[in-house]
Amino acid sequence: MTNYIGKSVKRVEDKRFITGQGKYTDDIKLNGMMYGYFVRSPYAHAIVKSINIDRASKMPGVNKILVGADIPEAIAGVPCGWQVDFKNGDTMKEPPHPLLVRKKVRHVGDGVAFVVAETRAQAKDAADEVDVDYEILDAVTCPKKATEEGAAQVHEDAPGNLCFDWELGNPKDEVAAAMAAAAHVTELDFSNQRVVPNAIEPRSAIGHYDTAYDKYTLYTSTQNPHLIRLLMCAFVLGIPEHKVRVIGPDVGGGFGSKIFHYAEEALVTWASKELGCPIKWTADRSESFLTDAHGRDHVSNAKMGFDSEGKIVALQAYTYANLGAYLSTFAPAVPTYLHGTLMQGLYTTPKINVDVKAAFTHTCAVDAYRGAGRPEATYLLERLIDLAALEMDMDPAELRFKNFIPAFDGVEQEGYTTQVALQYDSGNYDPVLKRALEMVGYEEFRKEQAAQSNGKLLGIGFSTYIEACGIAPSAVVGALGARAGLFEVAQVRVQPTGKVSVFTGAHSHGQGHETTFAQIVADRMGIGIDDVEIIHGDSDSVAFGMGTYGSRSLAVGGSAIVNSIDKVLEKGAKIAAHLLEASADDLEYAEGKWTVKGTDKSVSFGDVSLTAYVPHNYPEGLEPGLDFNAFYDPANFTYPFGAHVAIVEVDKETGEVKLKRFIAVDDVGNVINPMIVDGQIHGGLAQGIGQAMHEGTVYDETGQLINGSYMDYCMPRADDLPSFEIDRTVTPCPHNPLGVKGAGEAGCIGSTPAVVNAVIDALWKGGFKVKDVPMPMTPERVWTAMNN
Amino acid sequence: MIPNSFEYKRANSVEEAISLMTEDAQVLGGGHSLIPALKLRLNNPGTLIDISKIDALKTIGDNEKSVTVGGGATHAAIANDAALAKHVPMMGQAAREIGDIQVRNVGTIGGSIAHADPAADWPAVLLASNASVVISNKDGKREVDIDQFFLGFYDTALEEGEIITAIRIPKTAANQHSCYVKFKQPASRFAIVGCAAALDLEGGTVKDARVALTGAADSAYRVKSVEKALIGNSFNLDLIHSAVGDVTEGKSIMSDHYASEKYRAHLASVYVKRALKKLL
Amino acid sequence: MGNMITVTVNGKEHSGGVEGRTLLVDYLREHLGLTGTHIGCDTSSCGACTIHMDGKAVKSCTVLAVQADGSEVTTVEGLANNGSLHPIQEGFKEEHGLQCGFCTPGMMMTATDLLKNNPNPTEDEIRHALEGNFCRCTGYHNIVKSIQYAAKKMQSPA
Repeated sequence: MTNYIGKSVKRVEDKRFITGQGKYTDDIKLNGMMYGYFVRSPYAHAIVKSINIDRASKMPGVNKILVGADIPEAIAGVPCGWQVDFKNGDTMKEPPHPLLVRKKVRHVGDGVAFVVAETRAQAKDAADEVDVDYEILDAVTCPKKATEEGAAQVHEDAPGNLCFDWELGNPKDEVAAAMAAAAHVTELDFSNQRVVPNAIEPRSAIGHYDTAYDKYTLYTSTQNPHLIRLLMCAFVLGIPEHKVRVIGPDVGGGFGSKIFHYAEEALVTWASKELGCPIKWTADRSESFLTDAHGRDHVSNAKMGFDSEGKIVALQAYTYANLGAYLSTFAPAVPTYLHGTLMQGLYTTPKINVDVKAAFTHTCAVDAYRGAGRPEATYLLERLIDLAALEMDMDPAELRFKNFIPAFDGVEQEGYTTQVALQYDSGNYDPVLKRALEMVGYEEFRKEQAAQSNGKLLGIGFSTYIEACGIAPSAVVGALGARAGLFEVAQVRVQPTGKVSVFTGAHSHGQGHETTFAQIVADRMGIGIDDVEIIHGDSDSVAFGMGTYGSRSLAVGGSAIVNSIDKVLEKGAKIAAHLLEASADDLEYAEGKWTVKGTDKSVSFGDVSLTAYVPHNYPEGLEPGLDFNAFYDPANFTYPFGAHVAIVEVDKETGEVKLKRFIAVDDVGNVINPMIVDGQIHGGLAQGIGQAMHEGTVYDETGQLINGSYMDYCMPRADDLPSFEIDRTVTPCPHNPLGVKGAGEAGCIGSTPAVVNAVIDALWKGGFKVKDVPMPMTPERVWTAMNN
Repeated sequence: MIPNSFEYKRANSVEEAISLMTEDAQVLGGGHSLIPALKLRLNNPGTLIDISKIDALKTIGDNEKSVTVGGGATHAAIANDAALAKHVPMMGQAAREIGDIQVRNVGTIGGSIAHADPAADWPAVLLASNASVVISNKDGKREVDIDQFFLGFYDTALEEGEIITAIRIPKTAANQHSCYVKFKQPASRFAIVGCAAALDLEGGTVKDARVALTGAADSAYRVKSVEKALIGNSFNLDLIHSAVGDVTEGKSIMSDHYASEKYRAHLASVYVKRALKKLL
Repeated sequence: MGNMITVTVNGKEHSGGVEGRTLLVDYLREHLGLTGTHIGCDTSSCGACTIHMDGKAVKSCTVLAVQADGSEVTTVEGLANNGSLHPIQEGFKEEHGLQCGFCTPGMMMTATDLLKNNPNPTEDEIRHALEGNFCRCTGYHNIVKSIQYAAKKMQSPA
């Protein structure tokens, strides 16, 4: 029986946020705390000839100004957590990423000096007076151009700016042969532009060294405190892990950008001991634009071949992936194992090859951003198939139905093995698209579209996507280059009075773990949700954890909680059996009590927990206490899927696109809290739509980010978006105890190509047979497409 | 996010404000052009003279022949003013298109036109409304015709030590029949182009016309070719199409990553047409 | 700290000295410890810092603290009345109008200004009114619903 699972339980975390009592890193003030401000490079590529801090050091309130030379050699740079080697077996190029540069800056925003002062204003005032002499060098920002002869070099030890090259799938000649035999080939050159994650809370970190305990505390706006501790201790500062506590307090959104270990975190931690005071640094938004790891940035060419019936026979994809100036934590995995592995999509394509070149450029680092690799793969596939439908004059929905992998549940039927190294867990793809068409009123829409005559062009675009999330089976990712395991950890501590504290390694920064996890615990243990507390974000209270990303919290972290609960109930049954003078095998547990089967003899959960802590009348040989943890390592990824449909109206005169409707039918497996899942979908949709229509960095040829502020970088706003029309189907995950797949990234992965496809459809129906409008589809770009 | 240090002085009257003026001083009105620039340290005055508390600057007066809008009137106050709605509807339309609720609650018309952002909304509206700008200085007052006020890129006829105290908008038949339309830069929501048009129609014939564009060039300007082509003719769709040709002729058109010169010029003509069509 | 100011914040009078350049948001957060008001940008765009000054929604990052001298300021901490949530707070909770919570205080302060001037707004009017407030989590869908909830609630008090 479930009292909570499957219900839209209102969030327990809301109260502190709606009353202004949330505690984000920048809200924390420690005694004697000083404030840090970075001097950052205004140039994308330059030699630092000298740094003069004389005048700045004398400014009021200044405590210390640190430059690269002040940092001991023993302190390493920021590490990378994933290794992808070259096709020929050569090791990935992994140039150092120092906390503060010494000789050369490699992107605008590279840290050159760190000013610490009594107030933030004083630190900034002094930072303005640090005099850096630069010798400006040529820069390169495009990943394709970076690999061309004569391009400016980012790192001396990465010739041709190549970090690695990589390939997956069937041999190229087999794909080429299938392509040559195809009745129709659709080819597209396109880019998946760079976007800025833009969590509304700018990154912030406070380092605090406590001499009394010889212990550091780092407060940081992170998605994974334990991972930061591990990386910072073991690879950067060389401090023993037990001497460092990392706290991720309330965090104002992450979307990937707060997974990574950043130089600022290590610097404030180290400097707090050196300077003998807590040090806080909080990014200005302009600084966030220049230093938060960005997302996407692929330049691609892809071909999809079809037989005369419209069955896909081959896919060949070539991508240049931009890594930026330095390798961020998970950067190498994003264009490879999170991208190439998704090229099967929902289709039965028999021959697939994906080829990736990953390049350094003089830009901010690129790493996982909501979806990470999977949106890029989905974009490639879904643009090609919609365009093919237009070219072949077929219905885009029909073309998809024709190519879908037949349904399989992963239990009775085996999982589906792709050409690109994955085995899908369970899938049933027809129903999501059918439901979406129903919600659209597809036939009616096509009639309305044909009749449109008011100077506006109507268009509809589809996207049917799959993603691999619930990241990830450790052994699998280990074989693919991950330098960490990707299990999750939970501890269920039953207090003597029967109240339950749950410690999870999955940090919550908007996803509602404090509610969803409590629903699971309350139901599984048969207790009230108010008797459960979820604790996360503090490495000193939570045993361990790998954090929140890759739509993994529920599938992996939730499963760890379930396994801990099972251990609690197993031990509880032994205590109950003792109290009931029965055999544990004869007991059943429901609604918070153990009952001897077929009798009315029972003992409550509270009595058992009290007995566990007051073990006077207690089973012989059994340890007191009721407190268990579990490390859950998933058997496979999970594979949510869905169908997204966009309806747009294009103003022929101006090129302006209005998104009129957006329909999303997603299958994320079982759902614990529908309200929260809907919210996750909504947010993902807005970000995916944002990429299609509004967002994208603009670097000039010297490497300046010319739209590094909200005055120039367009964030989607309330009046840019319609109310979303969403629904779902449920195909449970067969390999985790909750049957859940994950919902965090789905909206962002599916939506982008649907919007672009809708604009292309509108243009074709209006007589403009263009293959592509580059994202973001600004009015000028759409207008240009119609007026070339 | 933190301005450079400056000295803050509050003025309780226009006279006091003028008496406080020094060479390195700037005037703080609503602050919604100035403070963003201070925060990014793009503007670093030694002294700020705060005129935002001077009530006399905030009034909107309904006079016999004109409406006078105090330099300190907020965009929100203008958007909600009955006299303006009746006599110059484009004022309210433009006010509601500026920024957002919070910006409109504090930002002022005087501050905006003193700043003279080439993509701001007011310059086009005030040019089309044949307004004049009332300016106070140590010698008293002077009134500048709006056609002589905007001189170029962030440049106006305002001299050092002067304060805009009011904008006077005549109650004319044309202003009663006016509108403002805008194509927004999607991020900042300033105008890529904005067009204000005011037409005096007598028996269907255009007796007088003032049409102005903002956003397109380094400063807002009147589109005299269109005005000329409209005046004396009977106002209909055909006239609009024939009157609106190249509305950016002779102007140096701005260009950025949202709108190239070519596209901006195209939008300018589209928006002049759209403004006029709204008045059909 | 050159300038003495007196500001009434959430009904309580505060006096103290501030630098001319101190922004109202920094005064609230750093001087008064009212950290419910957030800073999300440096271009007066995102609206996370929205508060009410003399009854009107303003971006507290674009007002100097000295300009608030003599003013009545309400922040998110002052929205609830004697422990009972304001309808807008209730709406955000009931309709899942927040995820990470960072933009939420500013959103609610803007929404209350809207509802004061337009007690029964259409969806379009709500979306337009949120022009100056960014949210990266919710896609605004449930924020709109939260404001509709509050509008309804405020029109028919329980």
